[in-house]
Amino acid sequence: MDYIIEMLHITKEFPGIIANDDITLQLKKGEIHALLGENGAGKSTLMSVLFGLYQPEKGLIKKEGKEVKINNPNDANALGIGMVHQHFKLVHNFTVLQNIILGVETTKRGFLKMDAAREKVMALSNRYGLMVDPDALIQDITVGMQQRVEILKMLYRDNEILIFDEPTAVLTPQEIDELMKIMKNLSEEGKSILFITHKLNEIKAVADRCTVLRKGKCIGTVSVADTTKEEMSEMMVGRKVSFAVEKGECKPHGVNFEVRNLTVSSRNSTKKAVNNVSFTVKKGEILCIAGIDGNGQSELVYALTGLMPIDSGQILLNGKDITKDSVRKRNMAGISHIPEDRHKDGLILDYNLTENLMLKRYYTPEFQKNGFIRFDVANQYAERLIEEFDIRSGQGARTTVRSMSGGNQQKAIVAREIDLNPDLLIAVQPTRGLDVGAIEYIHKQLVEQRDCNKAVLLVSLELDEVMNVSDRILVMYEGEIVADLNPSEITVQELGLYMAGSKRSEVAV
Amino acid sequence: MIQVKELLTSDSFNKAYSSIFSILIGLLFGLIILAVSNPAQAGEGFIIILKGGFSTGAKGMGQVLYFATPLILTGLSVGFAFKTGLFNIGAPGQFIMGAFAAVYIGVKWTFLPAPWHWIVALIGAALIGGLWALIPGLLKAYLNVHEVIATIMMNYIGMYFANYLIKLTVYDSKKGLSMNTAETAVLPKGGLDYIFYNPLGSTKDMSTVNCGIWIAIAIAIIIYIILNRTTFGYELKACGFNPHASRYAGINDKRNVVLSMVIAGMLAGLGGGLLYLSGANGRHIKVVDVLAMEGFNGIPVALLGLSNPIGIIFAAIFVSYITQGGNYLQTLNFVPEIIDIIIACIIYFSAFSLIFRKLLPNLIKFIKKRKSGKTENAAEIKEADTVQAGKDGGEQ
Repeated sequence: MDYIIEMLHITKEFPGIIANDDITLQLKKGEIHALLGENGAGKSTLMSVLFGLYQPEKGLIKKEGKEVKINNPNDANALGIGMVHQHFKLVHNFTVLQNIILGVETTKRGFLKMDAAREKVMALSNRYGLMVDPDALIQDITVGMQQRVEILKMLYRDNEILIFDEPTAVLTPQEIDELMKIMKNLSEEGKSILFITHKLNEIKAVADRCTVLRKGKCIGTVSVADTTKEEMSEMMVGRKVSFAVEKGECKPHGVNFEVRNLTVSSRNSTKKAVNNVSFTVKKGEILCIAGIDGNGQSELVYALTGLMPIDSGQILLNGKDITKDSVRKRNMAGISHIPEDRHKDGLILDYNLTENLMLKRYYTPEFQKNGFIRFDVANQYAERLIEEFDIRSGQGARTTVRSMSGGNQQKAIVAREIDLNPDLLIAVQPTRGLDVGAIEYIHKQLVEQRDCNKAVLLVSLELDEVMNVSDRILVMYEGEIVADLNPSEITVQELGLYMAGSKRSEVAV
Repeated sequence: MIQVKELLTSDSFNKAYSSIFSILIGLLFGLIILAVSNPAQAGEGFIIILKGGFSTGAKGMGQVLYFATPLILTGLSVGFAFKTGLFNIGAPGQFIMGAFAAVYIGVKWTFLPAPWHWIVALIGAALIGGLWALIPGLLKAYLNVHEVIATIMMNYIGMYFANYLIKLTVYDSKKGLSMNTAETAVLPKGGLDYIFYNPLGSTKDMSTVNCGIWIAIAIAIIIYIILNRTTFGYELKACGFNPHASRYAGINDKRNVVLSMVIAGMLAGLGGGLLYLSGANGRHIKVVDVLAMEGFNGIPVALLGLSNPIGIIFAAIFVSYITQGGNYLQTLNFVPEIIDIIIACIIYFSAFSLIFRKLLPNLIKFIKKRKSGKTENAAEIKEADTVQAGKDGGEQ
């Protein structure tokens, strides 16, 4: 069997860390090859090496048996290597067609010739079942369609080797199914696919072979058909992982947090993002708000934490009205918040770990004296959290957070928020983009909070998480709560129907 | 050897030598312009620039420090705002408004006794400078007007307004300058008169330098402490790095934008006060329609100093040194405009240090690789190749 691309004995070091240690990856022509590993295992680094973004210290890359040098993404492109990044690289106020041809425009005497390009794009679109509207603006189309645009971009450039970097992290369950179909189509048409992920179900669904990385080392390459999910996860994490969330019975008592008739305007339309929502969270309960992305969950959380103004309604914590309180006051009253977007809201990436861990404490008497920060106290505090929550980084407490892996960044946020010892913990998509090991860990922390008699409000798009972790589920659809469910009494299919808005029940609040 | 290596690759060292490297590039560029404009005297002229303030001995060095004083303050103004995520292009306006306030108090408020007169004048300069930055700060925080636009407009308003106010209140119409300030309003020498003078027969040819340089250095240290040691600085920098996360953490980002601008304005205004309350009876403000150079030069000073308050002190002294050197170029056949161009080129090229900071480590790595890596790498790859071939064979 011929390998279309081979990465042999790749070693890449960064200050304080060996991101890739002697890794060999061989991609056969026409196969879907999964690259599995925890966050920080070195998957992205390896792909960046292949794509020419990093130069490895050791090792070499071969295409069809011939050694090649890839110094920058242009070289990669010339070799037929294309990549769909986790965060799409699209120009938002350009049309789909303009984005696809960007950089390889067909011109005639300096003027654009769009007709030929349009024909080629439409032909590709039909051939691979990638439905797009070529004249829609990127900002107006769904995330799923944006991804199809990214795939078309690669196909338009006649790329043979397609890299997908965690493509499903941003998609809804339906869109994921569709992507899987597209990937199979592509491989049947002779394209070779490298599929970076840490979701085992997806690997099982589409991949032929799977290479597992752990802590920068290559653990092995296995045939997916002959390997169970459990075996793969053990290879990835280095120990046995339980998929089920272990938790005792929920013993809620007493209302901790109450929302009455909350209405919030949407930022960019006249529609209400949150429409007359009322619910309560009891002590010792994990209440989950489920729903498809964009149905008002983000706005609800922003309103509850004080980051967004509300139109009307009331928010009560422990019986006290906090509707008009500032963010700082709400924090001090006992609300912790694990935000949806850890880079935008949760962390100051250019601050080091210590400075990020004290982000909600620096003003307390323990951490400052007459306005001067007590860095000795702060450092000790950071060391303790790093130890307790097993936050891994290159240079300990002094590491700039930007250089840490996503999973460890998330752990830092979780550590900071849980250590505030809140009465109410609001966790929005706390496991987004994380690997099974980290997910297991964060779920354990949430359950532990519940068992300590705290109220937990979990907002999640992942059906598995919703079903496994929560004690009670509220489904949000177009800004309203359409169902109040008990996870032990419903099926995933039923939940899906509520989320899609095709079913609703009278909600007893 | 290992320690030297560590030092060479350490972050702070990288920062320092990237600044030095960019200065060298700037000087080289200056030399080229010298050669183009006047080839015969280029070498001589270049040496004069390099000698800078030393060309005229101790007095010259005093002058360097004297002109560095306002640059430290305007550099701090730009650098401080930059650390908190704001581009303060308004230093010229804040500077001249501060200068006017200082001169006005210096001329009119003669009822104040000696030390208090100049102290109050400086406080007045800082307050008016702060006021001048308050407006863009408020606009930015509450109406989301970009501070670059607002501060640029405030520069022109400040320049014309200062001219108008001078003509209205403290104008010496014979000279076309502001009036003499009272002697009590002039900054004391602070011991520097014992160092920076050239003996001239039995008398001393004094430099204008005064305790303003001490004040400037002290302020720089205070700003350094505020930024790095206090909760206030922590909040300001947090807002600069990531306003969303700051809001999420409960920091009042609007208030911090306003405060940061006001402090930046106060620094620039104080710079105006320090420059003009000097000499025998104050430096005179020229009533001309030109934006204050000291204000704009704060930008390259801040860039060259990488916005670090301590770095800014040295950057300001360097810029002042080169500017002084440029002044002495007039002894040769250089047109004054060319001198300005040369000096501006050196200063602005020097401000490229940020670029070199990114470029230099790569350059060093590249050179190292070429030296040692070549042979080693080749051997390793060969080895890897044979190992792989063996494996492949085994599989089949």
